[in-house]
Amino acid sequence: MCLGIPGQIVEISDEARMMAVAEVSGVRRAVNVACIADGPLDRLIGEWALIHVGFAMARIDEDEAAQTLAALHELGETQEALEQMAAGDAALEGRV
Amino acid sequence: MKFASEFRDPKLARALLQAIAEKADAIGATREKPVHIMEICGGHTHSIFRYGLDKLIHEGVEFIHGPGCPVCVLPRARVDECIELAERPEVIFTTFGDAMRVPGSTKSLIQAKADGADIRMVYSPLDALELARRNPDREVVFFGLGFETTTPSTALAIQQAAREGLANFSVFCNHITVPEPIKALLDDPYMMLEGFIGPGHVSMVIGFHPYDFIAQDYGKPIVVAGFEPTDLLQSVLMVLTQIEAGQARVENQYGRVVPEHGNSVSIAAINDVYEKRPSFEWRGLGEIDASGMRIRDAYRAYDAEEKFGIGYAVGRREVPEVEGCACGQVMTGRIKPTQCPQFGKGCTPETALGALMVSSEGACAAYWQYGGARTAAE
Ligand code: SF4
Repeated sequence: MCLGIPGQIVEISDEARMMAVAEVSGVRRAVNVACIADGPLDRLIGEWALIHVGFAMARIDEDEAAQTLAALHELGETQEALEQMAAGDAALEGRV
Repeated sequence: MKFASEFRDPKLARALLQAIAEKADAIGATREKPVHIMEICGGHTHSIFRYGLDKLIHEGVEFIHGPGCPVCVLPRARVDECIELAERPEVIFTTFGDAMRVPGSTKSLIQAKADGADIRMVYSPLDALELARRNPDREVVFFGLGFETTTPSTALAIQQAAREGLANFSVFCNHITVPEPIKALLDDPYMMLEGFIGPGHVSMVIGFHPYDFIAQDYGKPIVVAGFEPTDLLQSVLMVLTQIEAGQARVENQYGRVVPEHGNSVSIAAINDVYEKRPSFEWRGLGEIDASGMRIRDAYRAYDAEEKFGIGYAVGRREVPEVEGCACGQVMTGRIKPTQCPQFGKGCTPETALGALMVSSEGACAAYWQYGGARTAAE
């Protein structure tokens, strides 16, 4: 729950709600970017961020993202994060 | 167990282990008289065991696992209250998966779900908000749990709910803070800690000045660390270097993610939505002053305790710990998990008595899964 995972912002989906789409280890997920926004949201596209429970919490550079992903992968955290995201999607669709 | 040669940067890992060994020798740390370094964060505990750092490091350095796992420190009374909320027919109870197996006094959330309660594991509080939008005739309660890393996300979700006027969303708030339990540990006359590894992602939110008191008032070094094995080794080296020089400062090893003053948007959201509770109960540690957050009056409509008349809104209930369970002593570093009389007997991942055995960041789970530290092998 506390580790967070790097994701790349690929699209701004709802400017008013500060929502974007991030690609996390090949999976696309809605994330809130309020904590890393410091200008027009469009400028975030292509940027990497540490994603934590659906919020982009800190910007990181691409190298850092790659290193962190490799470490999380070893820790089994990447898989866990992806499973939690899938569980979240299932909960929304009532598949529980 | 891992070997330093398997690390992504084995040369760096070996060099760090060597430098740590030299420093440990220089300050006279031995297996019999080790330097005790507490890693506060459960994420670090998990990394230490996963990479076998406890076994690779010089035997004069002993890791003490701190209370930094929010699932582990959740008292049974709060789990019971979660279950009561979840079992209300109008409620959809949403939670992070980590909390599902934590034992309450009669059952865990996973058992309550099997018994028919509508409990859904979500990835984010935003999923809970979306469920509230899609189910206007139900009450969606989000189980807000975690340290400063997750507190802003719940705060931002509550602000969003308020902007939309979502009337069927509320948060059962169990957010807690890192500095206060550390202060409680340092005030404990039996505590023997020579230094701290500070939590990286909590610090990403609050910066590192909230730890100034550890260095200034208690004279202990603290180094905020990242989560990779070399981050942790480098941080241990930084702590030992301070000890050798007779210094006590707050240092930041994780500068690539942790800004000195934290994240201003997160801090503003936390301050807008939450205030400190006078005190909060921790499993195994008892009441700690100003260590928990509650929702401010301005957002009262989103406070599940107020809405459903439960928890601190009506008074704290006393639920004793299980007989013989030593969770509190493990979380304060007084004993190792294997020294708990219940470890591997009454308490296994399948029959857990304490959350430390079921949380992915729990020390007992780590000992169980990775075979434990040097002391466990003895
Ligand atoms: S073994 Fe079980 S009862 Fe003992 S400290 Fe760990 S979680 Fe608590």
